[in-house]
Amino acid sequence: MSAAQTTTADLPPAKQKTSPGAGSASTGTPGRPRRKGSGATPWLLLAPCLLIIVLIMGYPLFRLVSLSFQKFGKSELWGFKDPEWVGFDNFSKILGDGVFWSVVLRTVLFAAGAVVLTMVVGMLIALLLQKVSGFVKILISIALVASWGMPIIVATAVFKWLFDADYGVLNYLLSKLPGVDMVGHNWFASGPQGLAVIMLLVVWGAVPFVVITLSAGLTQVPKELEEAARLDGAGAWGVFRHVTLPILKPIIVMLTTLSVIWDMGVFPQVFVMRNGNPEAKFQLLTTYSYQQAFTVNDYATGSAIALVTVLLLLGVVAVYMRQMLKIGEVE
Amino acid sequence: MTPTTAPAAPAAPLKRVKKSKLGWNVIGLLVFVIVGFPVYWMLNTAFKPAKDAIDPNPHFFPTTFTLDNFRRALEISDFWGPVGRSLIVSTVVVVIGIAVGMLAALAISRFAFRGRKAVIVGILAVQMIPLVAMIIPVFLLLNDLGQYDKLTGLIITYLTFILPFTVWTLRGFIVNIPKELEEAAQVDGCTPTGAFIRVVFPLLAPGMVATSVYGFIQAWNEYLYALMLMSQQNQTATVWLGNFTTLHGTEFAPMMAGSTMMAIPIVTLFLVVQRKMAAGLTAGAVKG
Repeated sequence: MSAAQTTTADLPPAKQKTSPGAGSASTGTPGRPRRKGSGATPWLLLAPCLLIIVLIMGYPLFRLVSLSFQKFGKSELWGFKDPEWVGFDNFSKILGDGVFWSVVLRTVLFAAGAVVLTMVVGMLIALLLQKVSGFVKILISIALVASWGMPIIVATAVFKWLFDADYGVLNYLLSKLPGVDMVGHNWFASGPQGLAVIMLLVVWGAVPFVVITLSAGLTQVPKELEEAARLDGAGAWGVFRHVTLPILKPIIVMLTTLSVIWDMGVFPQVFVMRNGNPEAKFQLLTTYSYQQAFTVNDYATGSAIALVTVLLLLGVVAVYMRQMLKIGEVE
Repeated sequence: MTPTTAPAAPAAPLKRVKKSKLGWNVIGLLVFVIVGFPVYWMLNTAFKPAKDAIDPNPHFFPTTFTLDNFRRALEISDFWGPVGRSLIVSTVVVVIGIAVGMLAALAISRFAFRGRKAVIVGILAVQMIPLVAMIIPVFLLLNDLGQYDKLTGLIITYLTFILPFTVWTLRGFIVNIPKELEEAAQVDGCTPTGAFIRVVFPLLAPGMVATSVYGFIQAWNEYLYALMLMSQQNQTATVWLGNFTTLHGTEFAPMMAGSTMMAIPIVTLFLVVQRKMAAGLTAGAVKG
């Protein structure tokens, strides 16, 4: 990293791209001086990492795809039978099943809800942190870090307890509100309500990371720009919309795509909340794939569902990848 | 006129500032209570007598402290076995992850070479595949290799998510160390390797500690693979927590004690490194 880049590192990427290269004749693109690659060295450094990843990721990934085109049940697992190739049978089976489509819809709605809530709440708290006094800021930070550091499984246990039908403190508190009687209310009797509780749990666990990342981003917003906008007559919303938001955009894109990936992959929260056996109305793509594979013992169909999930994510990943590549370039 | 209004003028905005802060502080305290409540309720339940936990009028503030729930939690099923296994798995995963990840992070952050982009994309893409999608083939693979229900099998699978994370985070830390320092050392007669070991490595140490701790926590917290790839006899700490729910219902007070035992060391470790981690994780994002 050149001296020029070290000092301008606080600026958003678009501006950094134009910073002139410090005249180093590296093999990289001009403007991004790096140590001259001596050919083999970087590959030698990378070799162990790539080897491990290819061996422990590559083969299972290949197996995931091949499985979804086979018939693979208990007898194949125990080696009584050789797996039989069945072409697109598994896919036509799941795609022709109404249950599958309702699971897809439920998963998309769940993930979308969780992502939007996480981002909005995270942004509001990050902005709030700029407004409050020091001690309040410290208190909120402690609460955020405590919830961030909580193991998912512990958080799930705690939420199960908070929302317990008979002894959950939430029902008690809600019933204190005038005109509300929630005593003994079972949140998991209905799918949408139960999933809303799980969504709350997911959001509670995800907000701290978003707040901390956005807070770091907010410190990079030049005060002069905000003041200039205010002098030009912009209100609080105007400043946020036209100054803060554009500068935070790369971070927001990254956080949103990461959240989509995480929230589409929610598993233990549903699994543990429903005591390891989620009812039909709680199935998301992840638990559905798991159920098909390990409860029904149809590993091929489970794999096909998992593959569809991965393909669904690819669209999002493409956006994220572009963002991360931009980051990878600037150093 | 002027002498009387002059001192009043600065006082008015000052008051307004105070007043507006007060409003924000009230909202802030509310956020604190809401965000922190689940944690508080876990601790509150863990330390009060089990019969108070199921009182229809919840006890919001501790009156009687007891450690009975912890005793009960330790009785429900072997606790130290799972904890020991989690410790072994997480430690080995982190040691391998840091050693291998460090070299890779160095390659992508300090060298320009053909295919660098492809490597970055590859490492990031691996991070993006949901673990759940891989569980079926991983299960079959370990089954074929005779590694099902073995700690080594679990360690190998954990590397799939620890390694990409380690590479990407360490990259963030390395990028933050100015190259000029290394170059200066080389001008003074160091070899590139010598310059790295003497100059960059000490500056990187805090980042490596943070990354290790964070990776350790991630491995410690993993649930799905631990559940699927280990039998009841060889379960790890996260799966142990499931023992509180039986056919007869959930024992919530001991469960909260168990949760506390699992969360407190992790949250404490997390508190120690989170500032550093946030810096490393956001280095790329903010500076990109």
